Amino acid sequence: MDAVKRYFRSPAAVIGLVLLLVVIAMAVGAGHLYPRDPLALAGRPLLWPFTNPRFPLGTDNSGRDIAAQIFYGARISLLIGGVATAIAVAIGTLIGAFAGYYGGWIDNVLMRITEAFQTLPNFVLLLVLVAVFGSTLTTVTIAIGVVSWPAPARLTRAEFLSLRNREFVQAGRTLGMKDLQLILGEILPNALPPVIVYASVVMALSILLESALAFLRLSDPNVASWGNLIGLGRDVLRVQWYVSAIPGIAILVTVLAVSLVGQGLNDALNPRLKSR
Amino acid sequence: MSEPPILVLDGFSVRLPMGADRPHALDDVSLSIASNEILCIVGESGSGKSMMANAIMRLLPNEVAIERGRMMFDGRDLCAADAAEMREVRGAGIAMIFQEPMTALNPLRTVGDQIAEMFGIHTDLSRAEIDARVLALLEDVRIPNPKLTAKAYPHELSGGQRQRAMIAMALALDPRLLIADEPTTALDVTTQAQILKLIRDLQQRKKTAVLFITHDFGVVAEIADREIVMQHGRIVEQGTADAVLSHPSHPYTRQLIAAVPPLKAPPPRPLSSENILTVADVSKTYRTGGFLGRGARVTAAVKNATLNLPKGATLGIVGESGSGKSTLARCIVRLIDPDAGAILLRDKDWAQMKRDDVRRETRHIQMVFQDPFASLNPRRKAAELVAQGPIVHGTPRAKAIAEARELFALVGLDPSAGDRFPHEFSGGQRQRIGLARALALKPDVLIADEPVSALDVSVQAQVLRLLGELRERLGLSIVFITHDLRVAAQVCDLVAVMKEGEIVEHGLVADVFGRPQHPYTKALIAAVPGGEFTAQHEAAVS
Repeated sequence: MDAVKRYFRSPAAVIGLVLLLVVIAMAVGAGHLYPRDPLALAGRPLLWPFTNPRFPLGTDNSGRDIAAQIFYGARISLLIGGVATAIAVAIGTLIGAFAGYYGGWIDNVLMRITEAFQTLPNFVLLLVLVAVFGSTLTTVTIAIGVVSWPAPARLTRAEFLSLRNREFVQAGRTLGMKDLQLILGEILPNALPPVIVYASVVMALSILLESALAFLRLSDPNVASWGNLIGLGRDVLRVQWYVSAIPGIAILVTVLAVSLVGQGLNDALNPRLKSR
Repeated sequence: MSEPPILVLDGFSVRLPMGADRPHALDDVSLSIASNEILCIVGESGSGKSMMANAIMRLLPNEVAIERGRMMFDGRDLCAADAAEMREVRGAGIAMIFQEPMTALNPLRTVGDQIAEMFGIHTDLSRAEIDARVLALLEDVRIPNPKLTAKAYPHELSGGQRQRAMIAMALALDPRLLIADEPTTALDVTTQAQILKLIRDLQQRKKTAVLFITHDFGVVAEIADREIVMQHGRIVEQGTADAVLSHPSHPYTRQLIAAVPPLKAPPPRPLSSENILTVADVSKTYRTGGFLGRGARVTAAVKNATLNLPKGATLGIVGESGSGKSTLARCIVRLIDPDAGAILLRDKDWAQMKRDDVRRETRHIQMVFQDPFASLNPRRKAAELVAQGPIVHGTPRAKAIAEARELFALVGLDPSAGDRFPHEFSGGQRQRIGLARALALKPDVLIADEPVSALDVSVQAQVLRLLGELRERLGLSIVFITHDLRVAAQVCDLVAVMKEGEIVEHGLVADVFGRPQHPYTKALIAAVPGGEFTAQHEAAVS
């Protein structure tokens, strides 16, 4: 409860939360406001924003409603951000927990694998995965999750290293607990707060990775995503710059919101760090 | 008191932020220290004694403010001094030494360098002159081989040497007042005795005033000219050390002094002839570094330890830090695997048992840990913590929780406390939860690793009394690890003295403490602070 109070004491964190709620509301309300397929042709192509009341944000180069695409794009971005983050954090905490708890050769093997992933630029790895497995929404999401786990793994390992020798863990061992009980029941709940905070960074990065893929036209072209819209706008960037700029702003706002929430969570969960 | 006062506090109050456990950290405190005297401030944790040191140095945390009062040092009111003035006063006028010398020294710079910095900041001496002064200071604090020590990094020195270096640094500019905040609490008794003597000698030679903060009445008896007893931020009693120690007038002081356990053992209890736990020739050696078995650093943490614990008895293992007593305890419960030897409990050799068997058998032998803050998982409620053990061993959850609540009453906690989290309890209460957790499995043997060393004396006395009662009621046999000979004398029937991994002497408490044979045991007993006070205190108790 204290953490909730501390969270709402920070204006930046509250602004972040409000922005994030707006994006979520957009995602939820997309179907109501725009019952038609957002990728269907709606009117004349390349209408500037604010010129036609039917298309408040204008239309893109094939005459599709930009506003509708922005609303539906919020769904895709949140979906990819959420699911990919969940995958990355799940793999990361699992590997980090085992490496940190057991140490020794298990730690060595797991950390060498982690380093192998870390030394490759993760966007290049993502390109390879998408090239091999195709670019449907599912594969793209999983691929983003799979390239993002090394950082949460290292973080979890560091937490486990410091927690595994605490007296309460030793106490658990003298009570006769099994390793898995100690890892999941005793250490993990204490190791999670920094990982939760870092998850917001992973989420922001996932959204950006998807946009970057879409910009290269390697993301799923059959869904209305912000990245796809930016990719389309590339062709008319010098004259009708708004086609790329509007989804760009949407991405900026979402990533900012997620980062602010993450920062707020960090301050709320680690109050001692903040007062320094 | 012929000397003029150096520091006078007058109606001095420090306000705590809203939501703290009391409105004032220091409430209307008035005191004075003359040059060439040692004033001890005694109190339990939370009495405001450390806050006083920080307030005098004007090093209070931001949310804490001096509310009213005056603080006259050397003719000026430090309460009104600005930041620049305070910087001049700190170090040159008032110096401070801390409890933990490792964290007070910068780990990346040599000791000599850090002492030299004092001169660099406050004087215009040349480099050569500074070096000479640093050497002279290190000689003053009697560090062996000052030239080498000046070039050493903090981690290369022992705890006692680090504290000597800190003292050298504090005394570099001949301050008029030295504030020592629990400077010997983190040290072993033999080292503590040396440091206390050193502070005393230097103080007399340099005529410095010393404000010595401690929780230990033994230390007070050893060093103080005058003493002040604090409780909840107020001074409850002050006077000359002799007067306060031998004729305390305030009930709180009396209660504190009565809680100091005497070094003399109570009359021995009859011991069972049957041994419940036998430790034979247990050894544990650590190897670090090296490649393919060569060049490794070998540390023998425990060497051929042999002990017998009669049924229903308490066996104390005493020794200084690094003597291997905690390693031995952890070998017995198999938190650490011993290299050699046998540990016999209920006709089974614990030293040879497989991990799975240890997990099953572990309910016969349980452990209580030292740190009441680190030994409880902060994310579990108290009842859950206590119920965990039985649940692991197959008791249904609801039944285990109900039993846990009964145990709460047994260890002197309110049964409704089960719904609270560990951070909502005080240190003594947490230690009771730890005890309840160990007892939940109905063990035959309890290993207690320094269970009271993190607690205040009065709380310590309560927990020791509880342990004694439980021993009688439940027929427990206890292995009690402690560095505090007084505590050992009170609770143990038998005692083993460990030094560098070896048991140098063991036997009945009265024999070992009354007629020590080994020189190390003699040194340990001689080093217990406040010898005379202890003797008087014993006479008063018996």
